[in-house]
Amino acid sequence: MMENSRRSFLKIAGVTAAGLSLKPVTDVLASGGHQTKSSPIGDVSKGKDVLTAKRWAMVIDVKKMAHDGTVHKCIDACHKLHNVPKMTNKRHEIKWIWDEEFHHAFPGQHHEHLSEAIEHAPFLVLCNHCENPPCVRACPTKATFQREDGIVLMDFHRCIGCRFCMAACPYGSRSFNFRDPRPFIEETQENFPTRMKGVVEKCNFCAERLAVGKQPACVEVSGGAIIFGDLDDENSDVRKALKSNYVIRRKPGLGTGPQIYYMV
Amino acid sequence: MLERALNGNKNYWAWLMLLMSIIGVAVVFYLYQLWFGLGVTGMSRDVSWGFYIAQFTFLVGVAASAVMLVLPYYLHHYKAFGKITVLGEFVAIAAVTMCLLFILADLGQPQRMLNVIFYATPHSMLFWDMIVLNGYLFLNLIVGWNALSAESKGVPPPKWVKPFIYISIPWAVSIHTVTAFLYCGLPGRGFWLTAVLAPRFLASAFAAGPALLILLCLLLRKLTRFDAGKEAIQMLSKIATYAIIINVFFFFCEVFVACYSQIPEHMDHLQYLFFGLHGKGALVPFMWLSMILMFTGIFMMLIPKVRTNETTLAVACVAIFIGTWIDKGLGMISGGFVPNPLHHVNEYIPTIPEIMITIGIYAIGMLVLTVLYKMAISVKEEAAGLS
Repeated sequence: MMENSRRSFLKIAGVTAAGLSLKPVTDVLASGGHQTKSSPIGDVSKGKDVLTAKRWAMVIDVKKMAHDGTVHKCIDACHKLHNVPKMTNKRHEIKWIWDEEFHHAFPGQHHEHLSEAIEHAPFLVLCNHCENPPCVRACPTKATFQREDGIVLMDFHRCIGCRFCMAACPYGSRSFNFRDPRPFIEETQENFPTRMKGVVEKCNFCAERLAVGKQPACVEVSGGAIIFGDLDDENSDVRKALKSNYVIRRKPGLGTGPQIYYMV
Repeated sequence: MLERALNGNKNYWAWLMLLMSIIGVAVVFYLYQLWFGLGVTGMSRDVSWGFYIAQFTFLVGVAASAVMLVLPYYLHHYKAFGKITVLGEFVAIAAVTMCLLFILADLGQPQRMLNVIFYATPHSMLFWDMIVLNGYLFLNLIVGWNALSAESKGVPPPKWVKPFIYISIPWAVSIHTVTAFLYCGLPGRGFWLTAVLAPRFLASAFAAGPALLILLCLLLRKLTRFDAGKEAIQMLSKIATYAIIINVFFFFCEVFVACYSQIPEHMDHLQYLFFGLHGKGALVPFMWLSMILMFTGIFMMLIPKVRTNETTLAVACVAIFIGTWIDKGLGMISGGFVPNPLHHVNEYIPTIPEIMITIGIYAIGMLVLTVLYKMAISVKEEAAGLS
């Protein structure tokens, strides 16, 4: 008796599986080979004001940045715009951009006789949007991914919160939502998503502002201390700055290709 | 065959009830974690992996150690292991089950876990970890179950199981290698960026696993009529001895490389672990305890009289197991994250909910192991009675 019912179960299961696999096959055949899947929000294409580049990068003028209040203007602009919460527990801190002293921003390049200016200057640190990002290499779902223009972005809906990208980042640029961040957002900006608990987040080079022709928030309020542009464009501000100034990058020897250049 | 696990005496059921109550409590804590978020744990922005991933790392090693029974028996026909290969495979099943549960417990969005399959990403080591872990579970279930089932019928296992057995040997090595590759390919973590991490993981696994198996065999001898045999236990103890020596040797290699080259990026983590850094040193006593336990284990195991006396052998195995557990389960993770890439020192200490969930998952593993072992012993006692 057991044998017969097991056999008939398998028969039914096999037919069901075959039946279920019919739809995707017929879908592909019916579409005539054109892989079109209609977007649920209608046609998606680039806006007319969009800023495009082959390779976005940032040059930070450390001397200008050291002027009173510039650092905090940059940090506040970014965190306010992107609904970055102010967590009360330091362990759960979320920060996309913040300032560090030289020996924290550039461990290993510190020495006993640094110039006064460098020793006390605030260094703005953020995601470096690396050319060769180890976080993208590590992510098992491509929730963190590199766009064609070099920006490393996050899909908060795909992220499973494994935090492998946080382990992979050599710069400590990433934060995790250890709890629901929404109660800790001072003033929610309706035009940018808030995140849920259990996902990782970081600076996104203000991709949403670039899409409508605006500069990143930190650049806009920096009073010229941050230069932003396309490294591939010879005439861009970043290329001009790099042509005539010596710059350092964080942990360059690791081969990550960080795209934040510090004019010291 | 599973119905054999339902025939047990009072103590058996009391043990299962105890495990299930522990699991019940842990489930409540896990629901709390699901509701609140991973903030209920001691993890932080700097130490973003903690107890859960540490246990996963340790248990992958224990799971892999089943190969230390399979390889000698199936490849080299070492008859003495014939009785207990199934026991090793069942330890592997319980261990991999716990690994998968620990990973699940650690996810910020566990209901999205299938994304790893839907959006398969071969350049991510976590993708391969998922594949090899599930594959290994599948392999051990097939091999162990069929071998036991054949034994219960008094026949040799069917021929088609052989390829699965042979595959399970390199696969066992692969599960721990891939897990090591999670760590040792990350450019920003000097403590983990070492070629010897995968070999060290394997050495530590082949010490902890056999040590656990010895303890389980000794326990089975006390609780049941099943006797693994003195030769099997002694061979396991020899394997564990060599493995723990190699593990400690590899560790010394790491210490030499860091401390002789004197590169701060590499020394700092060891300094934090063993001496404290910037006034923070929560792990210092544990790391030294681990060293003492591993050395004690080595010296005890090297003395034949101590190794052959099964009471002292048990003590040595406990020392080895706890020593390697601290090494992988406590030191490895915190050591990699502290100091952080910007050279700040923020420590990690697990919280009560985190520990309760961890204990709960260990209880699930012990439940799986108890049920499987009950089944196996029942089959083996019957087979022995018949012959």
